[in-house]
Amino acid sequence: MRPFIYVLSFIAVLGLGFWAYREHYETREALRDVQSLQAEIADLRDALALQRAEWAYLNRPTRLRELAGLNFDRLNLLPLEPTQFGDVAQVAYPAVEEFFGQIDNPVSVIGDQPATGEFP
Amino acid sequence: MTRTPLRPLARILSARAAGENPDAIERENLRLRHEQMRDKSRSRAEVRLLILGIAFFVAFSTIGARMGLLAATEPVEPRAQAPGAEIIAQRADITDRNGRVLATNMLTHALYAHPKDMVDPARVAKELAAIFPELKADELQRRFTDGRSFMWLRKVLSPEQMQAVHDIGDPGLLFGPREMRLYPNGNLAAHILGGTSFGAEGVHSAEVIGTAGVEKFMDARLRDPAQAGTPLALSIDLTVQATVEEILGAGMTMMNAKGAAAIIMDVNTGEIIAMASLPDFDPNDRPNPVLAKDAEPGDNPLFNRAVQGVYELGSTFKIFAAAQAMELGLLNAESMVDANAPMQWGKHKIKEFQNKNYGPLLSLTEVIAKSSNVGTAHVALLIGGLRQQAFLKSLGMFDPTPVELIEAPGAKPLLPAKWPEIVTITTSYGHGMSASPLHLATAYASIANGGIKIKPTLIKQDSVQPGIRILREDVAKASVAMLRQVVVKGTASLAEVPGYEVAGKTGTADKPKRTGGYYKDKVINTFASVFPASDPRYVVLITLDEPVETSGTEPRRTAGWTAVPVAAEVIRRIAPLLGIRPLVEAPPLDGLTAVNN
Repeated sequence: MRPFIYVLSFIAVLGLGFWAYREHYETREALRDVQSLQAEIADLRDALALQRAEWAYLNRPTRLRELAGLNFDRLNLLPLEPTQFGDVAQVAYPAVEEFFGQIDNPVSVIGDQPATGEFP
Repeated sequence: MTRTPLRPLARILSARAAGENPDAIERENLRLRHEQMRDKSRSRAEVRLLILGIAFFVAFSTIGARMGLLAATEPVEPRAQAPGAEIIAQRADITDRNGRVLATNMLTHALYAHPKDMVDPARVAKELAAIFPELKADELQRRFTDGRSFMWLRKVLSPEQMQAVHDIGDPGLLFGPREMRLYPNGNLAAHILGGTSFGAEGVHSAEVIGTAGVEKFMDARLRDPAQAGTPLALSIDLTVQATVEEILGAGMTMMNAKGAAAIIMDVNTGEIIAMASLPDFDPNDRPNPVLAKDAEPGDNPLFNRAVQGVYELGSTFKIFAAAQAMELGLLNAESMVDANAPMQWGKHKIKEFQNKNYGPLLSLTEVIAKSSNVGTAHVALLIGGLRQQAFLKSLGMFDPTPVELIEAPGAKPLLPAKWPEIVTITTSYGHGMSASPLHLATAYASIANGGIKIKPTLIKQDSVQPGIRILREDVAKASVAMLRQVVVKGTASLAEVPGYEVAGKTGTADKPKRTGGYYKDKVINTFASVFPASDPRYVVLITLDEPVETSGTEPRRTAGWTAVPVAAEVIRRIAPLLGIRPLVEAPPLDGLTAVNN
């Protein structure tokens, strides 16, 4: 019995050692992955910050105003004026879709059964 | 193990035969056996001690080695945990109230040199001078070859410049990463944002510190690593700010003024929606102007006229006297006031504009609408100097404004040392004491919001500020109604913007000479207004420095001709941007009207 336990525990130690070795390298691999991902995230963040800055720079009010002036013949953009406020009542209703046709002139929707007894 | 008996029979017998005591033999054997046992257990204990000693030695050596390793290695972040948004930027962004970027960071590089590693200092100096015009080749070469091992060349580089330096290809030229503050909107809101500069500089990074404005006031908040990911939202609205600056600039040119300031403030929250001061500057490249000796502080483009400039604000103060008289129950809007000009007070003579006489009697509303100095003087005398001071103090006119700008605490109102009755009289129409346009805007906001004192702020607020009541609601309403009459039939008729019920008061103050006395042809024109009068939402304040309107036969310098039209245009343009619908007048009656027979 006793030698059997010895052999078993020796095999267990070997197995555990092998497992620990593999885990160790897997962990190191995962850490390397995390590191490269973090570096990538940092780069993307930098790029995002730069693009945001560029967006803000390209959309600065003075530039937009100049562009609106340069392209006035195409876009006809003017500053917002008090007279441009409208009322809900001024908005036209969308044209009624002619789906049912005239509702006061009923249409027969009951079909006639053909002589064959099958629906067309 | 073989045990030797304690009393071996053979020895006992022979001992007995010899007449000896056999017990001695037993004792002797017992002693020998004990000695044996002792030796054995000692050697066993010695082995155990040795093992224990080795175990302790190994354990403590491990701990010691680990400690030594920890102490000797560079600290690193724990890599297993995912870091959040902490390590984005070292300084938080600044945005307007709608989240549009006002200030952000950009990664760039600084250029430094290790002259001892340089291959060809002469060529490097020549090529650097070709890339950067401000560097001189011979000066650079002298510094490269005087034996120093390190020198800074440029604080920041553009990507093109960096590539050009790369192309020189000398190992002695090195780049250090830099986070640079960027203001994408250029001059817009320059005085509010202020500017930044580099603090402590190292090769790998440099500190960015605020040098003026919000950047300096909120420096601790902006640099706090815990809040680096959340931008600081200002109360400024970028679109409104841009519009105000555009119109103010055009107005300043048209009115031939040398400076101008504008403030748009929410009357309920105290938020400054826009604040401009002209001339302005580019915070990306903050200038450091050298001023002539006799120049006014306002000639410096860095000077924020709206906050730092303390001026005598003229007749805009008159509404305070009228409001206080109503608050104290001394007068009401229709009470008649002595306005017989000129008025003699001691050796002083109080006159009206162009020596007019609106008297002998005017209603309080007319005093405000016609801007009668004499009428206001009589109202102020009725109130008395002490109560007048207390009221102005409660409006915040005696202390620096608490706005979030580093410049604000330095702009203390200039008050007369003593407060005799003549000061009571002059202060009532805005002479003798000086305050900044922001003081005036805050005071007008307190009147317009129904009499609650507010604190001006540049930080976006979520709710209405709680404040103490300084005027009854009906008095505040009556005061706004009086201001409305100034526009309807008084000195500010050009401020009428259809649909927006502008109410406001003009102020024209002669500029004081540095040597004492006042200039005859230099004025500060102010128009402080609120709109819409029926339910005031915003204060609009325009100040022009030395304006003159020259479309008529003679130059006109009153606020009604200069600041008022500018303010009207500002309101006409920003009110739709702020989402205020124009009030529609009652529709005209139909052509066909029912007639009673």
